Amino acid sequence: MTRHEVVLITGARKGIGRFLAEHFVNQGAVVEGCSRQRPGWKLPNYTHHAADVSDEAQVKKMISSIGRRHGRLDVVINNAGIAAMNPILLTPVSTVDRILATNFRGLFLVCRESAKLMKKRRYGRIINFSTVAVPMKIEGESVYAASKSAVVTFTRILARELAEWGITCNVIGPGPVATDLIDSIPPAKIDRVVSNLAIKRLGNFQDIANVVDFFVKPESDYITGQVIYLGGA
Amino acid sequence: MLLQSMQPKQKPLSRTEITALVISTLRDVLSRQSETRKHKKAVQESTPLIGEHSVCDSLGLVNLIVDVEQRLQEEHGILLTLADERALSQKISPFRTVSSLVDYIERLIREEIPNDAA
Ligand SMILES: NC(=O)c1ccc[n+]([C@@H]2O[C@H](COP(=O)([O-])OP(=O)(O)OC[C@H]3O[C@@H](n4cnc5c(N)ncnc54)[C@H](OP(=O)(O)O)[C@@H]3O)[C@@H](O)[C@H]2O)c1
Repeated sequence: MTRHEVVLITGARKGIGRFLAEHFVNQGAVVEGCSRQRPGWKLPNYTHHAADVSDEAQVKKMISSIGRRHGRLDVVINNAGIAAMNPILLTPVSTVDRILATNFRGLFLVCRESAKLMKKRRYGRIINFSTVAVPMKIEGESVYAASKSAVVTFTRILARELAEWGITCNVIGPGPVATDLIDSIPPAKIDRVVSNLAIKRLGNFQDIANVVDFFVKPESDYITGQVIYLGGA
Repeated sequence: MLLQSMQPKQKPLSRTEITALVISTLRDVLSRQSETRKHKKAVQESTPLIGEHSVCDSLGLVNLIVDVEQRLQEEHGILLTLADERALSQKISPFRTVSSLVDYIERLIREEIPNDAA
């Protein structure tokens, strides 16, 4: 990552997104983040937008504000995501709508609008969040995993469509990381997932930053449409 | 979809102004297009943008639509999305010709200005 690059991180209020916001600020980047609720913290060189990624008008407004203030956008990390654990037969259709709205529709909107801005400078790095639940086919996570499968397929095609403008698009698929997202999952279930990974431990924020840093590097300009699952899923 | 003016409000764009903006953006896009597809004829309102006789290649059309969107935003404070489900349909696409694109932009501005979401 080069100093003064402009980085957008969705879902930056807490969890992995918050860690990545600090990580990029510490490297001298200008960081923009969003979430539906306001964060209870502040950082230098960090601007927060109260934006729901599934709302087209709010996404357009946010990206247009970035364009107006910085005239560029170098890196986008589509981290905002929600999960719900339920057997399919007990899943209300409203849950399906809610999960797809944030995890797929929101990611689509942020990619579309960001790419328009990145295209101007013929440079960009888009990193989308999937999960090990996709290759591991975990019972109870069907809708969440399906929304994150959509992220993988979408990103692979996005990579082809945006290559022309020097924009690379890749996916990171973390294993379980201790955040609010997995707080409500019974520990025994998490243990089972971890025991099915090649490397039998929880993931941590640093594991994620490592892969993100790799995708973001200017030297990674020949790497696009790829998916890295953590922990050897 | 159209959002608030990003700059101080200006009076609505006239058809002539929209046409001029589209034509100058198209010229710019064509000048960047690969040699083989470079247009030989003058660009005018009837210039086709899709189909066999189009002056743009498929990437050129994407560039044109996105660049027009960005210029409307940057130069006139009009934030709108020109994406359309019928994008590549030869019969009903709003992107058929320069003038159909201008019609479409005029319509979007007219239809959606009342929803101004400042
Ligand atoms: N933790 C894990 O074990 C794990 C494993 C694999 C993949 N992941 C993926 O990693 C990403 C981050 O997860 P996390 O563990 O950090 O989750 P988290 O702690 O629950 O944080 C999620 C973040 O996303 C924001 N958010 C949710 N919906 C949003 C929306 N519609 N618009 C804007 N922001 C929204 C939340 O803020 P607001 O509530 O204020 O909007 C919050 O800042 C997700 O995509 C997740 O699927 C996590």
